Amino acid sequence: METIVKLNTIKDKLIAEFESSKSSLFGDTTIREKALEAFSKQGIPGRKSEEYKYVNMELALKGDFAFSSTQKLSAKQLESTQFLNDAIVVVIENGKFNSEYSKTNSLPKGLQIVNISDAVSNDVFKKHYSKYANVNLDPFIAMNTALTSGGVFVHVAKSAVIEKPIHIVHVTAVSENTVLNSRNLIVVEENAQATIVESFQTVDSKAKSFNNALTEIVVEASAVVDHYKIQDENACLPDRQDFGHLISTTQSIQKKQSNFTTHTFTLSGLLVRNNLNMVLDDEFIESHLNGLYLTNGNQVVDNHTLVDHRKPNCNSNELYKGIIEDKSSATFNGKIYVRKDAQKTNAFQSNKNILLSDDGTINTKPQLEIYADDVKCSHGTSTGKLDEDKIFYLRARGLSEASAKKLLMHAFASEVVDTIKIDALREYVEAKISKRFE
Amino acid sequence: MLSIKNLHASIDGKEILRGINLEVKTGEIHAIMGPNGSGKSTLSAVLAGKEDYEITEGSVTLNGKDLLELSPEDRAREGVFLAFQYPVEIPGVSNINFLKTAINEIRAYKGQTPMEAKDFLALVKEKQKLVELDGKLANRSVNEGFSGGEKKRNEIFQMAMLEPKLAILDETDSGLDIDALKIVAAGVNKLKSKDNATIVITHYQRLLDYIVPDVVHILYKGKIVKSGPKELALELEEKGYDFIKEEVGA
Repeated sequence: METIVKLNTIKDKLIAEFESSKSSLFGDTTIREKALEAFSKQGIPGRKSEEYKYVNMELALKGDFAFSSTQKLSAKQLESTQFLNDAIVVVIENGKFNSEYSKTNSLPKGLQIVNISDAVSNDVFKKHYSKYANVNLDPFIAMNTALTSGGVFVHVAKSAVIEKPIHIVHVTAVSENTVLNSRNLIVVEENAQATIVESFQTVDSKAKSFNNALTEIVVEASAVVDHYKIQDENACLPDRQDFGHLISTTQSIQKKQSNFTTHTFTLSGLLVRNNLNMVLDDEFIESHLNGLYLTNGNQVVDNHTLVDHRKPNCNSNELYKGIIEDKSSATFNGKIYVRKDAQKTNAFQSNKNILLSDDGTINTKPQLEIYADDVKCSHGTSTGKLDEDKIFYLRARGLSEASAKKLLMHAFASEVVDTIKIDALREYVEAKISKRFE
Repeated sequence: MLSIKNLHASIDGKEILRGINLEVKTGEIHAIMGPNGSGKSTLSAVLAGKEDYEITEGSVTLNGKDLLELSPEDRAREGVFLAFQYPVEIPGVSNINFLKTAINEIRAYKGQTPMEAKDFLALVKEKQKLVELDGKLANRSVNEGFSGGEKKRNEIFQMAMLEPKLAILDETDSGLDIDALKIVAAGVNKLKSKDNATIVITHYQRLLDYIVPDVVHILYKGKIVKSGPKELALELEEKGYDFIKEEVGA
């Protein structure tokens, strides 16, 4: 436990922050107190922690931090923030919902989007809030649950089909070191359909931000949810590689015959850790997990996924791909649990990487724990360089080396990129891949 | 057009080409035959610019330009085309997209504007017919899941699209059934003009029944040991490579 002792300062500060601000925090204080207790037990994970051994949280949380921010975006910062056109835009500004910048005034029938602090007495909210993201599983879930000061509650009514994507824009602009704990709860009722895009961006590099964002997604029976995370912390400041710390936790729970697809695109950010926890809590569920990470400079990107098959006759399919450049490091850790009751499970997992430099690192760890006996499960992982024979073939047809590589990168990524159903998003990601080879 | 003088090339310190001399004029078809390990594929790889080989001596010029100085892409842009013996599969890269990029990069090299999409599609349609390539294949990923014959036809389709000055066919006949061989050969013959030239590299004489060469060269131990008219290929087929070995006294 020595590693935790060293970090007492940040832990103690966090506890003190909680004590002094708890009366002003929204919602049920008991939930928060339990979470704080769980956090105190776990502490900030050190390098010896099995789950966080490849991401240096000690370094990320070194120094003084505030635990919330009331800072507003400047006009210029708002302008440099990227929004999807033709979407229902929801702005989370420094961890809090900003209704003024959001387009949530006239919503389609069946859709409700409110500030999370205004949802605490809502019965649906009370039924689901903090019921799935387990505070004892991860210290950052605990930290978020104890300290969150904002976010949104999204509710899609039974059988409603929301055609436009709901774009939740997490934008960070702090001028003093700050830990942000934004929290969203998305409930898609029976037979309803929705597309959720969460993007993460930092538009001010004056101070260190540590964004610990958590979204819980409830997918009720027969509902269909398509979910995207676009992590491009440095999008508007491409020459800065030394900022943007993001822990992004997505916790889903699915009910009978529902279909949930989630995509994680990590395009920039100094340190990005994704915790994707999926619970398949009934029969005939379909789940897809797609991921693509492009890392360069000194970036550290860590994707942890957990697919929990609890009941029979479900399918999950996971595909993560990565392109690693310079001294960057990427980690893929994918766990699949197939519980004793989950017969006739189909669970597939694949992680493929291209390492473009001698100094890059890729850690990949697939973990299958299967307790049922009639299942089809597989996992595979590969790491390689760009194929020289393919490059030569393309050059022998007149393509420059750069465009040959660009074409091959797109080809490698296409398996994941082609799963994006929103044209503007797909083009955005494709442009990012092209830019790497200009 | 192509002039190879005393070309020596080695890989990992082992000399494979040991003084090749070859002159190819426009409008000509040259066949290079030879037993396994004689250096046939090395010669085509060296001409196309594969960087694994070290050129230790000699020169190669195309219309007076030093080919060995150029990158593989610049050789292609100058009009060199290699039909690969083993075309690679490139999943995720569409045949059409790749050819469009290739054509436009070649055009840019020559200072020309990119080809209009409409003209490009018309060209694709026309050239597809030439090698009887299914439209679906043209739209698929490069060579992915193609049969051996389809891969070779795709090579000739690319050649038709790029209209090279010098085409080098590296054992294009290997593993082809007779019907596919006829289609590939017919494509090559239709593309032949007084302004371009073709080098056909093969182990067997059969291809030369369909693509009739002006000159046949026999490559042995990294050197051209004998050149002659098309009948030389027949003689070789009949007597086998052993007669060359005896003749050169190896």
